[in-house]
Amino acid sequence: MLDCAIRKSVAAITSSLLLAAGAFAAGADDGDTVLLGAAVSLTGKYAVSGKNTKDGYDIAVRRINELGGVKIAGKTYQLKVVYYDDESTPARGAQLAERLISQDGVKFVLGAYSSGLTKAIAPVTEKYKVPHVEANGAAREFFTGQYRYLFGVLSTSDYYLRDAVTLAAEVAKAHGKDPKTVKIAMAYENDPFSLDVREGVVEAAKRYGMKILVDDKLPPEINDMAATLTKAKAVKADLLLVSGHEKGATLLVRQAAEMQVDVPMMATTHCDSAKIAENLAQKAEGVLCGSQWDRHLSYKDRWFGTADEYAQRFEKELGYPAPYQAAESSAAVLVFADAFARAGSLDPEKVRDAISSTDLMTMFAPIKFDSTGKNIAKQMVMYQVLNGAYRVVAPTKWAETKLVWPRKPQH
Amino acid sequence: MDNLRLLFDTPLLSVQLLIDGVLIGGVFALAALGMALVWGVMGIINVAQGELVMLGGYATFLLYKVGIHPLFGVPIAAALLFVLGWALYRSVVFRIIDKDLFISILATFGLSILLQQLANVFFGADVRTAESGLTTLVLFGSVTVYGIKLVAFGLALLTGAALLLFLKRSRMGQAIRATAQNARAARVMGVDTDRVYAWTFALNAAICGASGALVAMTWIVHPYLGLPYTLRSFMIVIVAGLGNVLGVLAAAVGLGVAENFAGFIFGAEYQAAFVFTLLVAILVFRRFRLARQRRYLA
Repeated sequence: MLDCAIRKSVAAITSSLLLAAGAFAAGADDGDTVLLGAAVSLTGKYAVSGKNTKDGYDIAVRRINELGGVKIAGKTYQLKVVYYDDESTPARGAQLAERLISQDGVKFVLGAYSSGLTKAIAPVTEKYKVPHVEANGAAREFFTGQYRYLFGVLSTSDYYLRDAVTLAAEVAKAHGKDPKTVKIAMAYENDPFSLDVREGVVEAAKRYGMKILVDDKLPPEINDMAATLTKAKAVKADLLLVSGHEKGATLLVRQAAEMQVDVPMMATTHCDSAKIAENLAQKAEGVLCGSQWDRHLSYKDRWFGTADEYAQRFEKELGYPAPYQAAESSAAVLVFADAFARAGSLDPEKVRDAISSTDLMTMFAPIKFDSTGKNIAKQMVMYQVLNGAYRVVAPTKWAETKLVWPRKPQH
Repeated sequence: MDNLRLLFDTPLLSVQLLIDGVLIGGVFALAALGMALVWGVMGIINVAQGELVMLGGYATFLLYKVGIHPLFGVPIAAALLFVLGWALYRSVVFRIIDKDLFISILATFGLSILLQQLANVFFGADVRTAESGLTTLVLFGSVTVYGIKLVAFGLALLTGAALLLFLKRSRMGQAIRATAQNARAARVMGVDTDRVYAWTFALNAAICGASGALVAMTWIVHPYLGLPYTLRSFMIVIVAGLGNVLGVLAAAVGLGVAENFAGFIFGAEYQAAFVFTLLVAILVFRRFRLARQRRYLA
């Protein structure tokens, strides 16, 4: 009797252990699912962009699965993403990456939002030799050859506002002035992304010999830009540049109008995700925005069709216009899907090699990585808010319309 | 130092910075008044002060969305926050009265995180604004005064005056002052101190709500804007002392002006650093002065 009970319980324990082991193996990649993992910012200061990132991943995964999944060595797999909220803090991001890889058995990592988080996660994926395709960490330092497993589909951040300087130089020349006479006032949030944006601007300004008269660094909890704008007004700047995520863009547009800072050319990052044209209406008129992507670009892929078709699908499924943060995130998933198929295997090393030889056209941009993992096939775009809509004005090859200069005073 | 020269070359810039500083001081003053009240009467440092401001901002933004002019947001946000303040007192804050100051900081810190995350869940993390549609006044040809800032300053003065009157004249105000002086004696005299505390906390929340409405019309609202307002209030109260309404107004205006000039001269990155260095300097100076007085007495 007792013997029987013991035997029963031993059997029960063994079977539950086996079940647990089975579940664990399923976590890695069971019959027909490939697991991708991502830590994204759902709370904290990057919560808006973090949500855009997640929505971008989700829509791409849904679309790929809808089209039958990914064919790897004759077998089709569905994609699935495991998410954690990194609370917008790098330390948490690194912990979660460890957890994704060592506990959840994820062998392929999608990037987090922001350069700060990417910087924390990249060493972890490197340690475990896990391919990491990121779409939202644009710092230059990632692509200097120190990471073998990290790939970025987006332009690095030093390109965000570089074209605004180029545009200012072109305008100066067109009006018979020397680009050297252009006076720049600028302010950047004190984070890795914005400081890279600054580097790009400083390089471009040096090339044209322009003078930088105001060069402020905004604190992360910025909620008033009056002092910086007073300075920009006082030096009669010809070009005003701000990079401070959504807060910076909103404050710039709002306060510049209210303080009557009539700079003929004004450019910022993140204005589409901050919805400046929608929320601030007339105040945003004529503002230039550096952007990774725009729906009017003529790029096209086999999953979504054109950039515009992607944008329509996104808006239908998620109920808001597609920001570039979502489009680039979708592109990261497409890179994985393409690499899985070409690698014909789910071995991380083989997938890494396949990613590194990517030569793919997506609705986001052409994607081709150099040896450091940087996408060298892509260009930035610059829009201008005209009559309440974002219109591409640079680079000239993709431009929808001509730059309006000078910007009309907003009062 | 180019910035300093610029300031001397164009004296009107100083006027601009001064006016901006004074006016934003008004908004800081509101949150600080509330903090001084709660601290003085209840002995609690409310770290969730900034979150109450944030919620007032959201209330105004939501009204603005449904087409109500955001200026009406000032009284409505204040009323809504009064109710919320009352609820917060009845659920959480009453438990930490008469406890160690450290416990009150921990508890309200918890509240602040809770309110932030709830705001994030319900309103999303988008940066919001409410447009008042007020125009900008131009003085001396180049100094701009944005209408809503003027309104904010006026409202701050009005609220300060109303608060003073309320504390001096009304029955509840007298009870609040009595409790602040000596809660035990007040209880002995028949003051329902629990009700007084609830009133005080709700009143504080209402003031923060009004200030949040002004923030939504002047700057931006998002779930994580609270901390700077909490810190500024804290600093203003430290400088002005408890139970000194005029002192709070003066310190708030001083802080606004100092911040603006520091931002202009040293750059935005040193704006906050400068203000807190100033705080340390003031505290050290006060200590020396006190020490001298003590020596004189001895």
